[in-house]
Amino acid sequence: MTARGIAQDVRSGDRRATEVVEAALEEIATHDSAVHAFTAVHTEAARAAARAIDAAVADGRDPGPLAGVPIGVKDNICQRGRVTSCASRILEGWQPPYDATVVGSLVAAGAVIVGTTNMDEFAMGSSTENSAYGPTRNPVDHSRVPGGSSGGSAAAVGAGMVPLSLGSDTGGSIRQPAAFCGVVGVKPTYGLVSRYGLVAFASSLDQIGPFARTVEDAALLLEVISGHDPLDSTSLDAPAPSLVDRLDEGVAGLRVGLCRDLIEGASPEITAAVAAAAEVLAAEGAEIVEMTIPELHYGLSAYYLIAPAEASSNLARYDGVRYGLRVDAPNVAEMNAASRTAGFGDEVKRRIMLGTYALSAGYYDAYYAQAQRTRTLIIDAFAAAYRSVDLILGATTPTTAFALGDKVADPMEMYLSDVFTIPTNLAGHPALSVPAGADAAGLPIGVQLLGPALSEERLLRAAAVIEKKRG
Amino acid sequence: MSDPAPLSAEDVAKVAVLARLNLTDEEIERFTGQLASILGHAADLAALDLSSLKVTEHPLELTNVLRADEVRPSLDRAEVLSQAPAVADHRFLVPQIVGEEA
Repeated sequence: MTARGIAQDVRSGDRRATEVVEAALEEIATHDSAVHAFTAVHTEAARAAARAIDAAVADGRDPGPLAGVPIGVKDNICQRGRVTSCASRILEGWQPPYDATVVGSLVAAGAVIVGTTNMDEFAMGSSTENSAYGPTRNPVDHSRVPGGSSGGSAAAVGAGMVPLSLGSDTGGSIRQPAAFCGVVGVKPTYGLVSRYGLVAFASSLDQIGPFARTVEDAALLLEVISGHDPLDSTSLDAPAPSLVDRLDEGVAGLRVGLCRDLIEGASPEITAAVAAAAEVLAAEGAEIVEMTIPELHYGLSAYYLIAPAEASSNLARYDGVRYGLRVDAPNVAEMNAASRTAGFGDEVKRRIMLGTYALSAGYYDAYYAQAQRTRTLIIDAFAAAYRSVDLILGATTPTTAFALGDKVADPMEMYLSDVFTIPTNLAGHPALSVPAGADAAGLPIGVQLLGPALSEERLLRAAAVIEKKRG
Repeated sequence: MSDPAPLSAEDVAKVAVLARLNLTDEEIERFTGQLASILGHAADLAALDLSSLKVTEHPLELTNVLRADEVRPSLDRAEVLSQAPAVADHRFLVPQIVGEEA
């Protein structure tokens, strides 16, 4: 059942939130021992929240647009008094003293947080194998990864345990797992959704966004979490967009760029799925324009200097003093190092090292500043492209879900699975992945739609067309 | 722009100190290979002449955001301190900072 359907039924009194939440808890009990999408299930708190929603309905009060809808929240989004660990030993057991703004928005909208979802440690990874809790498995094929870093959020929705979840996307961490798990995932425009209470990885790239089984549900959740937040100084001073109401307006008259650089290197089946999506859009009245943006090829290199540089600075706060793990040592500097050494996993250490190196004297200009200029190059290239097209269509990932353990030994191989999603984050633009069939092995394929800043309404409208014909 | 010198194990050992990480010799060796591979991929950027482009630090034009200078509730002190590894007298407790011989 969709989130929209649940909320309509709960608001009208046709169905009780307590029944909906109980059903979700049963689904989790049935499936999660195999999938391991959740790091914690908040059974009693979810039941209490559902009872409060039913009481509100009985009193004639409106519990909100997500009334009674069970939702999962990624382990890097602060929930007050509940363990929020970024799947890292260094934050093991940490209970934030405040809620992320999006958590407050969910509760105010009547959503019921049933669990916290697994992830790659500090959102660094593309497979959810870098988790202190152990890996999440792809709900379609348990021998394969769900993608990452928001793999738990994608798998929870893909397995039907919850209709909605929240993830975060720094270089593709929502769209890539959405593609691997056969669900819709949206990375919003930078600044549209508050980052207050999102544990920082790379602050100029991070955005929170929705996972859902339908485009309409993703739009509904994005409406709820969008909007200006005075607690986030990078929050856009713009009202939350209206997305659901215009979803069925179609794509007639839109110019859609079929971008070669976001397709080349993808498997033949994914390439065919992108072509089929383009045909669907054309049949609905969009004009398909073949195009190339060669500058996008530099995105991966720029990203793997910029994101680690920001991460090395952001993760300096884990020093064993105010929160998290402390390993005792005779003086502060040794205590800092002993705590960080014991608390961080290999991938996090690698990125901290890479970022520290790229920012260090003698290398700053060659690596970090050059990457920042490349970021300008990519932004300018996108701007030129959006003078001639309204949206861009491409693949979300080069392959479908790979097997657990496949890319663990070679970080560069792992990074390449984000090659099509990274440019969007560098530009601060929105993009989404929408299901578009499956490969011969039955593994889901996602196609990616990209647009300029604040084009979410247009992106979701086009995704709805693809979903109707191909999903 | 010229290519920077290739990454050495000595570089990695030095960066680990800067990043406050204790690495074993085996880890230094492994990280040197992996980081060199990632930096090698970034060599495509070194070949670009981007001297005419400004750097982008952030996707938005950032400006300072100020709030009204008025008293507002802050985080609960006891709740914050309850998450610290060690506290004493309402403060975060750390090992000795100044050397004993000082």
